[in-house]
Amino acid sequence: MFLKEYITEVYNGVSSLLKGMRKTGYYFVHPKEIITEQYPDNRAHLNLAERFKGEVIMPHDENNEHTCTGCTACELACPNGTIKVVTKFEVSPEGKKKKAIDALVYRLELCTMCNLCIVACPSDAIKMAPNFEHSVFDRTKLTKVLNHPGSKIKEGIE
Amino acid sequence: MYSLEGITKSIQDWLFLKFDPTLALAIECVIVILLAISLFAILGLVLVLMERKVAAHIQIRLGPNRVGPGGMFQTVADTLKLIMKEGLTPDNADKFLFNLAPFVVMMVGMLLLAPIAFAKNFQIWDINIGVLYISSVSSLSVIGILMAGWASNNKYSLLGAMRSGAQIVSYELSAGFAVLTIVVFTGSLQISEIVASQQTGWWLFKGHIPALISFVLYIIAVTAETNRAPFDLAEAESELTAGFHTEYSGMRFALFFLAEYINIFIVCAIGATLFLGGWMPLHIGQWESFNHIMDYIPSSVWFMGKTFFLIFLIMWFRWTFPRLRVDQLLNLEWKYLLPISLFNLLLATVIAIFGWHF
Repeated sequence: MFLKEYITEVYNGVSSLLKGMRKTGYYFVHPKEIITEQYPDNRAHLNLAERFKGEVIMPHDENNEHTCTGCTACELACPNGTIKVVTKFEVSPEGKKKKAIDALVYRLELCTMCNLCIVACPSDAIKMAPNFEHSVFDRTKLTKVLNHPGSKIKEGIE
Repeated sequence: MYSLEGITKSIQDWLFLKFDPTLALAIECVIVILLAISLFAILGLVLVLMERKVAAHIQIRLGPNRVGPGGMFQTVADTLKLIMKEGLTPDNADKFLFNLAPFVVMMVGMLLLAPIAFAKNFQIWDINIGVLYISSVSSLSVIGILMAGWASNNKYSLLGAMRSGAQIVSYELSAGFAVLTIVVFTGSLQISEIVASQQTGWWLFKGHIPALISFVLYIIAVTAETNRAPFDLAEAESELTAGFHTEYSGMRFALFFLAEYINIFIVCAIGATLFLGGWMPLHIGQWESFNHIMDYIPSSVWFMGKTFFLIFLIMWFRWTFPRLRVDQLLNLEWKYLLPISLFNLLLATVIAIFGWHF
């Protein structure tokens, strides 16, 4: 009985080691699996992962419209005060007042790319972009206004 | 046709024609020393580069690729850097032993080079106890490592050296038993006779299951003996910050590094000699024409090809397997490898006595 256990133990050990060697051997003979990005050389066509988090952006469509309602959920969700939502009231032609954003101020130098603001946003107005070349000579350039000048909220977003 | 055998023979004839025998022998010694040193330097450069490339490709990376075409001169640049660096000696270290240790480790590698047959009739020293010489000299390297660990006056270095001692002493047993299996089959300790006995087929194929098992045991044991991952407890980067060579820098560190790779080359060369036929081409029984075609490939190419195949195998192990703890390491040797190798030796002896091998 003991001998049987001993032999099974050895067999299981060897077979699991061989399984690992098969995997690494496969990688060794398939150079196309290599995922190294030779960064400064292939700057024009970098192959970044979808989940790469480089900075927060606010996508605008071709009519310069975004979907941000100015609800400040992102500002409340941010753990270190990176986002500041400045709101204003727009008066519609019917005389109704509507809350909208004046500026969504984003301070890149404080951001930890934790993704909490993206999760908190109820209207998917902001998202993470895969840009990582953020170095500038003046730190004031790191404070960005995410909504484009003259942009307004898309129709039908509450 | 040029061969290493012909070149050495013509050099020897010319030397003995020009000088009296004693002087000719002395000149030959100098030539051999120069060749051995240059072989070491080239092997160090090639093997380090090979290790880095193999590691990179196994881990889906590119590896060194900036210095020279495909990163070919990366190790040359590294060596130049190491030569330029300052070789520090710690204040409280035992200065004499500290400076001596890397040379002891290197010297063992050089001594082991003597009985290895690199090609047909191309061997520094064909002694009749070649295998015994190899197994006894290779166990000396632990002295150099212990010396380095002790003289560093650093507790981590000492721990690494002690671990290395425990490891090498225990794994030498199963390496020895694996070698003995082939000695039992061959009936000789002389390297040239062991190679000649594989004229009709390598022992790995001729020796049935015992030869196969002892080959696997040999590879495992020498991986442990050369202190390589998954048995790298002597260095243990994560626990002991490089173990016995923590305090070494510059060229003295490079000597330890070089010695590691030289040892890998030597144990793989011995493995290739014992199990894969050394310089003997691949011969299959009575296939005359096939054997003749194989004979056209030079014997040095066969030897190097087999050795580098084994080196690749050991590198493959290193970059695949997880590390062992020190207690697991000794368990593996004393509870698994040693009983298996003892039983295996018995089986091999039975097969050899009844002449069941091919």
